Parts: sequence; structure tokens; C-alpha cells
Amino acid sequence: MAISRRQFVTGAALGVGGIAVGAAGATAVAASQSTEPVAGTQVEPFYGPHQSGISTPAQAYAVFAAYDLRPGVTRVEAGRMMRLLSDDAARLTQGRPALGDTEPELAAAASRLTVTFGFGPAFFDRLGLAVQRPPSLRQLPGFEIDALEDRWSGGDLLIQVCADDPITVSHAQRMLWKDARAFVAARWRQDGFLTARGSAEPGTTPRNLLGQVDGTVNPRSTEDFDALVWSDGPPSWFAGGTMLAVRRIRMDLDRWDRVNRPDREQTIGRTLDTGAPLTGTDEFDEPDLAELGPNGFPVISDFAHIRRARPSGASGPQFLRRGYNYDLGEDTSGVTDAGHIFAAYAADLETQFVPVQQALSDIDLLNQWTKPIGSAVFALPPGAPEGGWVGQTLLG
Amino acid sequence: MSRTHVLRRAMLTGAALTLAATGLAACGGSSDSSGGAVTIADSWTKATDGPMTGSFGILSNSSSSDITVTAATSPVAGMVELHETVMVDGQMQMQQDPEGFTIPAGGSFTLEPGGYHVMLMSLTGAIAPGQEVPITLTLSNGESVTYTTVAKDFAGGNESYEPSPSMSMSMG
Repeated sequence: MAISRRQFVTGAALGVGGIAVGAAGATAVAASQSTEPVAGTQVEPFYGPHQSGISTPAQAYAVFAAYDLRPGVTRVEAGRMMRLLSDDAARLTQGRPALGDTEPELAAAASRLTVTFGFGPAFFDRLGLAVQRPPSLRQLPGFEIDALEDRWSGGDLLIQVCADDPITVSHAQRMLWKDARAFVAARWRQDGFLTARGSAEPGTTPRNLLGQVDGTVNPRSTEDFDALVWSDGPPSWFAGGTMLAVRRIRMDLDRWDRVNRPDREQTIGRTLDTGAPLTGTDEFDEPDLAELGPNGFPVISDFAHIRRARPSGASGPQFLRRGYNYDLGEDTSGVTDAGHIFAAYAADLETQFVPVQQALSDIDLLNQWTKPIGSAVFALPPGAPEGGWVGQTLLG
Repeated sequence: MSRTHVLRRAMLTGAALTLAATGLAACGGSSDSSGGAVTIADSWTKATDGPMTGSFGILSNSSSSDITVTAATSPVAGMVELHETVMVDGQMQMQQDPEGFTIPAGGSFTLEPGGYHVMLMSLTGAIAPGQEVPITLTLSNGESVTYTTVAKDFAGGNESYEPSPSMSMSMG
């Protein structure tokens, strides 16, 4: 009897676990236990006041691709391009093929596909729209830690494609490229991944390839997004949009391998298992930067990442992080080429992001193992109303 | 001489289903006409800098009688024909469809690369991606329907340009 009762209790507990995380969690559990393609049928909206792919819970896979306007492309032509691309995105995100889609079957599983567009600083100059550029939108200042490479930097047009299915990402990205290529040339492309859908409860903070919980301090509520992410302008066309900094952060995993666990935790200021600050027990505990250890030194080092990331001493998020990992494997010399596609979204990068990055560049224990090798910034226009297109408020 | 219509498959059904969800605004730049019994959705034209190109979409007929598209015109083309793609001696070829496009009562008729299409010839100039291309169809019920398609960069649909065996294969 005892055994059967325990089995019953275990089964019930598992059931509760699946339900407790809400509808999305229940869906994920169902997906793992049936052959129904539940994940593939889930769609994110394309039309709305803000572009999707920003406040959208991060999908498992992403491609960030940057393009340069071809010489001579006019404002009218750029508008045509954005209408074409918006139409593609409007269809593909809903699980429908694009017009002229040569592989319509690959569009069938939307898998929460989002397509997000952005304009780099030079986009405005090249189209004679310099006066419309958000005033603080400019390539980030060079930081001392930077080792930027052209092949991962800059760009006039950004297309961010995210979905829970890599086939969906691949198909959408290529379809968009086919409609963009008459207007732009390819500049760089960064493919990233997070935990696969269904591997962890929805909402779990992802981990980077250093093994750290990465993204604990982030806007999550509508109020947070209104305060930190969505711009009110000026310029007026930009209201409802946001700015994005994409920085490719190479991680020296081979040297990180030599670092023991306590030192790894000191580097970031958080434990590796739960991501709790070293002064707390839960991931979301507020770090106590003043707490001293038995030897009189701060528990969270003066040089720890989470202390340095709060240059103003303020608590709470200062912008949205929605990054992805990358891993190109070991090269022929045996060196691992892997890292993080850092993606920061802020209403104003200059006031919200640059101070943090400057402080981290000045001093951050993590800098010993991380190196920015790419940097690009974009203005992401507001979303399009039904029947409209992204960029219409600027180019229409 | 074998004569086989190609690429008219069950996709017709799937394509027709998308019709309702596709707003008239069709933000790709095409505006789909309405008013009469015949409407077109998801219309687009292959961009080209050559002398001719194809235009596509899904024609629907909301009336209780079959309606046939008997002719077409466009301000960007000196001549417009209604084409079908057929297999002739093992090769894909386009030719004028002498019967026109008959849209069944309450049904639809798909124009697509490798299948039936509106052929724009003697173009007045290049058709660039994103450009709007107006087309007017003449119908057997005496009405006409005018709509605007959006031009798209598209690599297929080459039968008319280079009806070589290799190109034909690419449409298989």
C-alpha cells in the first residue's frame, strides 16, 4: 500500500508541476508527451504597436542579419523593400507561405516565428533622412576591451528572425533575403541559440556558454517595457520603436576551463547553480553590495560583473537583454570559437546602455574571458498596424 | 504529343484557404480588387528587366455560374496573354490558353509559376522588385476586374525566357 500510495503522490505532483507553470507550460509538457505538433502551431502577432521579437519571450533560435543598402537606392525604393519584407513577415509569422514562396511547406510551422526590422545610422544618411535619425543613434564609442572586426560590425538594415524551430528560422530568413537582395547587400549574419523549447519551464532565465544564468535582471512587466524599451520619440516616427545594440562577445572557453568554481562565482557575483547573488539564496534576490564577508571584504567583489553592471548603484534593469549563444566549434588549431550574441534593447542606448558598458569595460573580472568582436546599432521602428508595413512612419 | 497540365495540385485548396486571411491591403503593395463576382488575392508579378514576365494570384468567383477570364491588359505591357504551361515532347512550354481561365462557380483558379499565368509581353520598361503593376481582366460575363500586383524578385518561372531542357527541368 505504501508503495502504491507513493507512486500516486509522485504522479500527482508531476501533474501539478505541469499545470502550475500556466498554459504555456502545460503546452510544453503536452508536447513532450504526445506526437501533436503543438509547438509548431503557435504564432506570435506581426501587427501591433510594437514590433514582435522584443518583448516576445525569447524563442530557441535566432538569426541576426545585417545588410547594406546598395548604392543609389532611394527612399522610395527602401519603402518598397520594407513593404515587401513586411508582407513576407506578416504571412510567415502566421504559418503561411510568402508570395512566391518556392518552399511553401517550410512555412507551415510558425513555431512562434517573429521577424524584427531595424535601421542602422547610415541608413538615414544614405536615404537623405539624416534629420529623421534618432539623435543618439550612432555606432557605440570604442571601448578599451573591444577588438571589433568589420565582419561582425555595422550595417544599414537589420533583420532579426527568431523561432522555436531552426527550419522555420532558416526558411524565413532566406525568403526575406530573396526579397531584400535587390535593395541591399549582405554584410554579416549571426546565428544563435538558447535552450530548446520544452527543455525547461517557460520563463526560465537562460544560461550562457560560461554556464552562468544570464538575464536575471531584465524588464518583464508592461510598465518596465514602457519605461525602458519603447521610445516616445523624438523623432515622432520613432514613437513605439526602440534601439538595439548587437555585440558579438567571444568567450574564451578554453581559458575559462582553467577557472575553478568558486572563482567563477566570484567573477560574476552569482552562484552557478541557481544564479542567486552571492549574498542571497534565490535567483531574483536583490544583491547586497554592502555585505561584508568574515575577512572584511565585500561578499560580492568590487570587480564582480553584477556590481560593475550597476554603475549608478541603482537596482533593477536598465535595458532589455535578449541575447543568444553561438558556437562555431573548435578551429583547426583546437581553439573554441564560441560566445554570446549580446542584444540590448533600450529606448535610448546612449543614456541607458553606454554607461553600463563603459563601467564594464573599465573594470569587470569577466573581461578576462570575454572579448567584444562585433558591434552594431539599429533603430527598430514601431510595429505596423494591420495592412501597414514596418518603417511606414519613416519611409511612407 | 503528350499534353499534360502541370503543378495544378492540392495546393489550390491550401492557397484558397489563405484567401480570407489575406486582407485587401495586402501590404506587399498589391491591392486586390473587389466589387464584382471575381476577386483576386495574393497577386504578384515576377520582376524583370527583360521583355516579358508572368503575373500570378488566386482568382475567386463568388457567383453561382462559372466565369471565364477571356483577356487581360496592363499599362506596362504592349500585349498580354493568358498562358498555360504544358508538357510538349517531354519539355515544359508555355502557350496561350485558347479557352481562357475558367473560374468555377463558388470556386477559385490559381495562377502560379509553372502553371496558368497572365503573361505580360512587350513591356514598356523594366519591372523592379516592389513596383506596382496594374492588370485588368476581361470576363465572360461582360465585367472586367482591375487589380494591382506587386513585383517580386523570383528566380523560377523561366519557361518563356529560356525554354531549354535545363530550365525546363528546374520547373519540375
